Amino acid sequence: MPSIKIPTPLRPYTEGKQIISIEGETVGEALSFLLSLHPELKEHFYKEDGQLSRFANIFLGNKHIITLQDLETPLLEEDILRIIPSIAGGIDL
Amino acid sequence: MTTLTDQEFLRYSRHLLIPEVGLDGQKKLKTSSALVIGTGGLGSPIALYLAAAGIGRIGLVDYDIVESSNLQRQIIHSEETLGKEKVESARTRMLGLNPHIQVDVYNEPFIAENALDIATDYDIIIDGTDNFPTRYLSNDIAVFLGIPNVYGSIYQFDGQSSVFYAKEGPCYRCLFPSPPPPHLVPSCGDGGVLGVLPGTIGSIQATEAIKMLLGIGSSLVGRLLLYNALDMTFDYVNLKKNPSCPVCSENPTITAPIDYEEFCGVPGHHTDEWPSEWDISALELKEILEKSKPILLDVREPHEQQISDLPNSVNIPYGELASRMSELNTAQEIVIFCRTGNRSLHAIEILLGAGFRKLKNLEGGINEWAEDVDTSLPIY
Repeated sequence: MPSIKIPTPLRPYTEGKQIISIEGETVGEALSFLLSLHPELKEHFYKEDGQLSRFANIFLGNKHIITLQDLETPLLEEDILRIIPSIAGGIDL
Repeated sequence: MTTLTDQEFLRYSRHLLIPEVGLDGQKKLKTSSALVIGTGGLGSPIALYLAAAGIGRIGLVDYDIVESSNLQRQIIHSEETLGKEKVESARTRMLGLNPHIQVDVYNEPFIAENALDIATDYDIIIDGTDNFPTRYLSNDIAVFLGIPNVYGSIYQFDGQSSVFYAKEGPCYRCLFPSPPPPHLVPSCGDGGVLGVLPGTIGSIQATEAIKMLLGIGSSLVGRLLLYNALDMTFDYVNLKKNPSCPVCSENPTITAPIDYEEFCGVPGHHTDEWPSEWDISALELKEILEKSKPILLDVREPHEQQISDLPNSVNIPYGELASRMSELNTAQEIVIFCRTGNRSLHAIEILLGAGFRKLKNLEGGINEWAEDVDTSLPIY
């Protein structure tokens, strides 16, 4: 089963889970599965207009999914997806 | 032709012994210049190692003063410079380490109005900032000037670093075309940061800057380094140029600095101007508590309650609020607080969206309560 690595800033939304096994044959299905488990993550991935936001980028291995087939990228059993969020560091905004 | 003095030959001996640096490389460093944005957690090791390496001219931009809570990670400063301007504190330390360099300081925020003037004539920008507006500005200025921008960012135990250099690879906007909305942004002020983490990431940035100036090795251009201190892992992902990047593509739509605060939807610099009609002061809360019993909602993390706490408060960490708001009653008055009043303000946005109206935000958070009402509590 493929899995998805959750970065530290998003772990408050996944009950602290670092790796989540996901169902799905494509990146898009895997993302939908993740969001069905943790709906609060949705606004980290999608803008209000339904487009992918890219605040949090999705990588398969070391490749950004937009350099593959984006959400249509097929997933293999042992694949690990990685989410890379934008972090600023520092001040209290 | 630049030469080294006898003192410099001795000082830089260990560089001169490395074939990749050698005498020519050290002379190159001596005639190089680097602009360090921020003299905080990342800026501290960056500025110290660039000074020690003999970069001839180093610029420092910051407008903060040194505070006690900085010293857990900002090792360029010290007890002796508490209350002083960070750029002056840093310059004194750098010249103490290496008097053979020039340190130019800019005791002002790095903003659209002054950024090009400050950064022009530098060979490289090193981004040690702590907020999105300045990050996007640093990136754009580097693209406009055609120079590399050495990126580093930290959060709790996680660090990222890359070299964004539009002439050879992607820029920051290629990876992150726009910043997340403010309420999704975790900041180190809220989430904390392991003190040594910026030491690791800042040292990597200094390494990359020196390599770029020398023209040696394989840089982080086109690669993003992902470091986790807790697991002690270093991973890399590949970054590609975005052919429709608004700044660094062949047909850019942004060719001059923009309004970065507006673009990011946040104030870029420490400000007290975040308006909130829900704010109440600690003294006002004290009066309220004498007359009534509102729910005191603490949106900090549970471990922060061990540091300071308000009696009879309810703890729902900010990250869990959306899923646990059913524990709250819309009919009751709720006063929300956190450490400094930032998370609580964002919590109000979430609760307003869910139909709550009887809300108050403790301005300045429990730290202000500790300062103005219960001085037995620590400020952290």
